[in-house]
Amino acid sequence: MSLNYDDDMFVCRCEEVTVGEVRQAISDGAIDVVGVKRRTRAGMGLCQGRTCERLVQQILAQELGKSPAEVGSSSVRPPVRPITFGALAGGDF
Amino acid sequence: MVERDIVVVGAGPAGLAAAIEAAKLGAKSVLVVDLNMKAGGQLFKQIHKFFGSSAHGSGVRGIDIGAQMLADAQKYGVEIWLNSAAVGIYGGKVVSIEKNTENKTPVLTNVVAKKIVIAVGASENVIRFKGWTKPGVMGAGAAQTMINVNRVRPGKRIVMLGSGNVGLIVSYQLMQAGCEVVALVEALPGVGGYGVHASKIKRAGVPIYTKHTIIEAKGGDRVEAVVIAEIDKNFAPIAGTEKTLEADTITLAAGLKPISDLVRLSEAELVFDGVLGGWIPKHDRNMETTASGIYVAGDATGVEEANTALEEGKLAGVAAAESLGLVSESEAGKLKGEIWYRLDGLRMGPFGEKRMKAKAAQIASFPGVGA
Repeated sequence: MSLNYDDDMFVCRCEEVTVGEVRQAISDGAIDVVGVKRRTRAGMGLCQGRTCERLVQQILAQELGKSPAEVGSSSVRPPVRPITFGALAGGDF
Repeated sequence: MVERDIVVVGAGPAGLAAAIEAAKLGAKSVLVVDLNMKAGGQLFKQIHKFFGSSAHGSGVRGIDIGAQMLADAQKYGVEIWLNSAAVGIYGGKVVSIEKNTENKTPVLTNVVAKKIVIAVGASENVIRFKGWTKPGVMGAGAAQTMINVNRVRPGKRIVMLGSGNVGLIVSYQLMQAGCEVVALVEALPGVGGYGVHASKIKRAGVPIYTKHTIIEAKGGDRVEAVVIAEIDKNFAPIAGTEKTLEADTITLAAGLKPISDLVRLSEAELVFDGVLGGWIPKHDRNMETTASGIYVAGDATGVEEANTALEEGKLAGVAAAESLGLVSESEAGKLKGEIWYRLDGLRMGPFGEKRMKAKAAQIASFPGVGA
């Protein structure tokens, strides 16, 4: 709940992205979740942002003075759950 | 290429209800896929009795509702693929499924569906504090799965963050499972959930720290102590009010977020609503999204509870059957009217009213429905 986050606190566990890196991405020009993702990889890991997306939205909203709706959410591409190359290769297409 | 009349993603109360309803009305091939090893979703974690009217199984435990639904699914010939993850939806009608992920050689199967119901539920929100990534910090829902489904205690001494109904009920169930709940921490000035649940916690002697938050999880390889502090009106910790609690587990009951990935892949339109948990698909009174033939139900379309999920699932099931021509417009209208009557009933009272308004706004956002 506290909004005073230290820069060294993790935001995205999968890709080990910190609050400071997200803030840096915002000062580099990111204005939404996708912008932060492209600059930092936050949300590109195993959980595909299930854990960190809300946290990234909070930081964006706070830093930019925007509403949660304005900072958007992540883009989605298949597969939406991790699958093996074996399954892909042996798939019934 | 595998073909089915209806593919339902998610075998929780919403998905099972949709499948059962559609099969009951004559859908020949209804397939439900779920990535878990057991169908029923959250129902099998809910060992407590439900509240509400008798039409909604008040006094019945979630696990018993789940067992009844599984029996109904079997009775009406609903096919269920477990340990199977829907990983994509293409062209509005192909569902890509990694079948049996428990198997050593999972197979990716594309199923062509005439209608698709997305009932994938919600994921738990996380709260950040120093050390939140240490082992021992988990969602309250995850802890509930551990004790009630897997029969494993997540730890010995627990600090629960959040005093909504999930925080209160899971705290009590953790105690029933033999854990010690050291404290409940709540940022707001009052307890969030029902008084009857809070009383059980208080009677057991668990302190509830309102206007407090967790500021740090301390420890080496895992949580060993939890630092909490009082917060001001702006949720900022007040220096000098820190307390250190000895605990090995922190459970976060900070609300849920609808899972929207498959909805987004379907190119259905979304709308943001804080009350319902964030980004949610627009849908009409048939639960159909702006992507024709793709329906939604349950927490995936706005976080509520098991009973509303179940009714929304039925609604999607009836509407899908109707659009397949399996039931007349008048008969479907009658069934949907009855379901809406029950849904409206579930969205009353101090907790329901906000959701009622939010759901009405969600439907009004559907192109052609509003103003």
